[in-house]
Amino acid sequence: MKRDTQQAGKPALKLMVCAVAGASVLGLASVAQAQQTLNIVSWGGAYSMSQERAYHEPWMEKTGDNIVNIDRSANALAGLRAQSQAGNVTWDLVDMLPADAMIACAEGLIEPLDHDELLAPAPDGTPASEDFVDGALGECFVASIVYSNIVAFNSSMFPEDKQPSTIEDVFDLENYPGQRALMRRPINNMEWALIADGVDREDVYDMLETEEGIQRAFAKLDTIKDHVIWWEEGSQPPQLLADREVAFASAYNGRIFDAMVSENQPFEIIWDAQVFELDGWVVPTGKLDKVRDYLYFATDTQRLADQAQYISYGPARLSSSEYVSTHAETGIEMEPHMPTYGPNFATALQKDDEFWADYSDELNQRFDAWLAQ
Amino acid sequence: MSDSPATPLTTADGVPLKVSLRRAVRRSKIKAFLLVSPLLLFLVVAFVMPIFEMLWRSVDNPEVSTHLSRTVEALEGWDRESLPGEEVFAALAEDLREGQQARNLGLLSSRLNYEKSGMRSTITRTARGLGALEPPYREALIELNDTWGELDTWKLIQREASPLTISYYLAAVDRQLTPDGEIVRAPESQRLHVTLFWRTLWMSLVITGLTLLLGYPVAFLLASLPLRYSNLLMILVLLPFWTSLLVRTTTWIAILQSQGVLNDLMVAVGVVADDARWQMIHNKTGTIVAMTHILLPFMILPLYSVMKTIPPSYMRAARSLGGRPFLCFRRVYFPLTIPGIAAGGILVFILSIGYYITPALVGGQSGRFITNYIAYHMQTSLNWGLAAAIASILLFVVVVFYLVFNRLIGVDKVKLG
Amino acid sequence: MAIPSYATRGERIWHYVFLGICALIFLFLVGPLLIIIPLSFNAQPYFTFSQEMLSLDPAGYSLRWYQDFFTSRAWLHAIKNSFIIGIASTILATILGTIAALGLSSRHMPARSVIMALLISPMIVPLIISAAAMFFFFSKVNLAQTYLGVILAHTALGIPFVVITVTATLSSFDTTLIKAAHSLGANPTRTFFKVVLPLVTPGVVSGALFAFITSFDEVVVVLFISGPEQRTMPIQMWSGIREQISPTILAVATLLVLLSMLLLTTLELLRRRSERLRGVTPE
Repeated sequence: MKRDTQQAGKPALKLMVCAVAGASVLGLASVAQAQQTLNIVSWGGAYSMSQERAYHEPWMEKTGDNIVNIDRSANALAGLRAQSQAGNVTWDLVDMLPADAMIACAEGLIEPLDHDELLAPAPDGTPASEDFVDGALGECFVASIVYSNIVAFNSSMFPEDKQPSTIEDVFDLENYPGQRALMRRPINNMEWALIADGVDREDVYDMLETEEGIQRAFAKLDTIKDHVIWWEEGSQPPQLLADREVAFASAYNGRIFDAMVSENQPFEIIWDAQVFELDGWVVPTGKLDKVRDYLYFATDTQRLADQAQYISYGPARLSSSEYVSTHAETGIEMEPHMPTYGPNFATALQKDDEFWADYSDELNQRFDAWLAQ
Repeated sequence: MSDSPATPLTTADGVPLKVSLRRAVRRSKIKAFLLVSPLLLFLVVAFVMPIFEMLWRSVDNPEVSTHLSRTVEALEGWDRESLPGEEVFAALAEDLREGQQARNLGLLSSRLNYEKSGMRSTITRTARGLGALEPPYREALIELNDTWGELDTWKLIQREASPLTISYYLAAVDRQLTPDGEIVRAPESQRLHVTLFWRTLWMSLVITGLTLLLGYPVAFLLASLPLRYSNLLMILVLLPFWTSLLVRTTTWIAILQSQGVLNDLMVAVGVVADDARWQMIHNKTGTIVAMTHILLPFMILPLYSVMKTIPPSYMRAARSLGGRPFLCFRRVYFPLTIPGIAAGGILVFILSIGYYITPALVGGQSGRFITNYIAYHMQTSLNWGLAAAIASILLFVVVVFYLVFNRLIGVDKVKLG
Repeated sequence: MAIPSYATRGERIWHYVFLGICALIFLFLVGPLLIIIPLSFNAQPYFTFSQEMLSLDPAGYSLRWYQDFFTSRAWLHAIKNSFIIGIASTILATILGTIAALGLSSRHMPARSVIMALLISPMIVPLIISAAAMFFFFSKVNLAQTYLGVILAHTALGIPFVVITVTATLSSFDTTLIKAAHSLGANPTRTFFKVVLPLVTPGVVSGALFAFITSFDEVVVVLFISGPEQRTMPIQMWSGIREQISPTILAVATLLVLLSMLLLTTLELLRRRSERLRGVTPE
């Protein structure tokens, strides 16, 4: 925790006033129900680690609560359904994707959130509902990060004068040979296939609503199919790249960053055609009172900025960006590694959650059928 | 017989012996049954009822009839030729409005989306847009979302209003219903499960064949060695049998992966170039090798117990009658081991088609079994009805083989260790 | 397997080839289990033998993965859970299964084969199907994500093993021994404790061991019906293998291989004891 205070520096001072003010209001409430155990569901790996450092540890120190991390976000919707059906909800707060949150919200599995009441205002007093990036606040959802699905490569596997740089290169076996690791699902892969095939970013989802577009995407994927290893867990791609099992791997940008800085792996990220999306908190039905204080704390401007010291995901709060500093362990400037950094963001595509909510049943099936061919 | 005029034999207290015997038998029958009943009761609750719950899930279809009850009622007597009238649209608006308030439209929209992509957002958006809507609802709803102007949407709702459905089973065998209720094959690009069922059966056959090929000589050796040696060697068979499945799978990952022990060895020896390491895992090879290893003891043990009962004198007799060794083996010994082959074969086959862990960890894409899709639909796609339908079909296949096994060998003859 | 004196030269060669093939198959069976033992002492986080290891340089070996294992809260919690669930379900399965086996081995048991087929079915029905089914049902009756739920599920899975081993022991039980005990003046209680129990115990114990190892090694059902609290060792391994297969897994695997060796030895001793008591001696 020493490190935190040292590095937070000036912005921390500025925030201190707010924090003290906030704490004095909250203080009473949190004393009243001190020392509870919060079961928080998240994604595991480097991501959970960053939450632990930025949110959990300071919170436990402050309140004496105990926080249990559960790595089940990948199956969070199934878990919520099962728990609510069993009438025994053991999860208190869940980190999930907005698409899943939309479904869970429609099923009444999670609480609708009044953002201005539940979330801290920005340090300058801007209410929470105006302090988040577009799409970050859903009916039952509050985003904490912007992350990105990118393709990374192991730079040691290509000659120095011939490093890949665009999404087209991923589909170019002739100039960039080697195995590719892609996530075993249609999401992202379909978009990339179309972009690599020359479709404009703006038209991608319109294309995918047509049979012709779907076939075109599969036809493009066909060209590399024999050279693809399909992964399912977020921790696999860095591993596969490090073991040189593959030359390219699609991945969450934070995991690749983590391998680059903590393990000194020679990885590079292709920011071209990154598909970015949000990720954040939902509260299982009936748990709002239990996690209210924690949620207020964990989504405030400083906490979101702190998280960026540990992982290269952009804070979902606009006011956090000025507090983003350097990587906690290596002192690397974090900004160029953020998905939202200008040059990285130039050709970015936002994942269309509504499209995938409608078509993922059908396209997953087609995708699996295509894989089985 | 019972009205025989002769004085029947009686026991000491004057009861006819036959009656007394029958009573005694009945009493011991009841006693035996009572001893078994706690376990039966337990298994019914902890195992049989869950299985029935799963079978029920595979046909249960409550979503439309519960959440669109008014619409379904209003649709009765609809001519299916033209769009329904205003009263149906009004009923829909009311159903959706109520659902939106109770926040329980999620399951309904998921259910309809399985049958028709796009229904999820149609329902969500319509429910959200309802607030400002005024009658007449027919025009307003079609204006809001043109899916409501399609005849097929209404046919779908009417069809799925029945409390039971065969849609999940159809989906599990790559079939689907047309809006008019005909069963047709799914478009080729969406056929998946039948291929996987066949692949599962086919790969299980290969694995069964391989375990037989490897298990037969070992069982033969064990059966013909004196007991004190064979007991020692038996330990080599039983050790893997007793070792955790995950451990055995892990060890194959360590051996077969491209930076693993076997590839390293081959590179060191020079059989394989460093940049052309073999891909032996995350594909069919991985699944087949690991599962053959894991299931091999299940083949060896039944083979061994059958071979043990074959007197060695048979072979000697055949030889002394002038048979060539191979002929003697084929005509005398081998036929005697067929019950063992059948027992081991069916056992390995049954276990193999139901395997999940090993294919999931080392199977990659091409080495995937149908079981992996049960897990996928349970945990990821959350289409529990489809998962239940696939599982029920697989259960049926396994039960058929189990009954064959039981008829041929008898479960109570199964020996462990 | 001695070569008969009348064997021809070709047969002799074939005989040795055959022995060679068998040796290779035995290597296939046991080799993979043994290979992970040295690998688990690798000082490097790799799954293969490093140069130092091959040259037997002590620097190539280390206990760090074992240290990882024994100092990790998650692993220790998982071990504790595995033992709680394993022992509880073993006790339940052994009691229910042994009582039922007493009934099943009676000559007068009605519908014996049907009931037997039903009792064995948890062993035959694929685990993934049992898991899905139990998930549906247990969620409905509030047993999902509870220790009780997992214990009941594992009891159901362990029962066939107890039933099979105990009925096998009882079927070879010589009932004249009881009569002999009676005629020698022992009362029924004394007969049970001095004659029946010692003869049946090995069967019950090996059934219990089977039930325990079934629970101890079970992943699929726990994966579906357990909550975060009931995380067992196999679940911890499963997610370890799926996510990033760290050498800690190999350390755990080595410990589990040692455990299975221990169990196997126990079973072998039990079998010998039971044979001795029955007066059967190996050739």
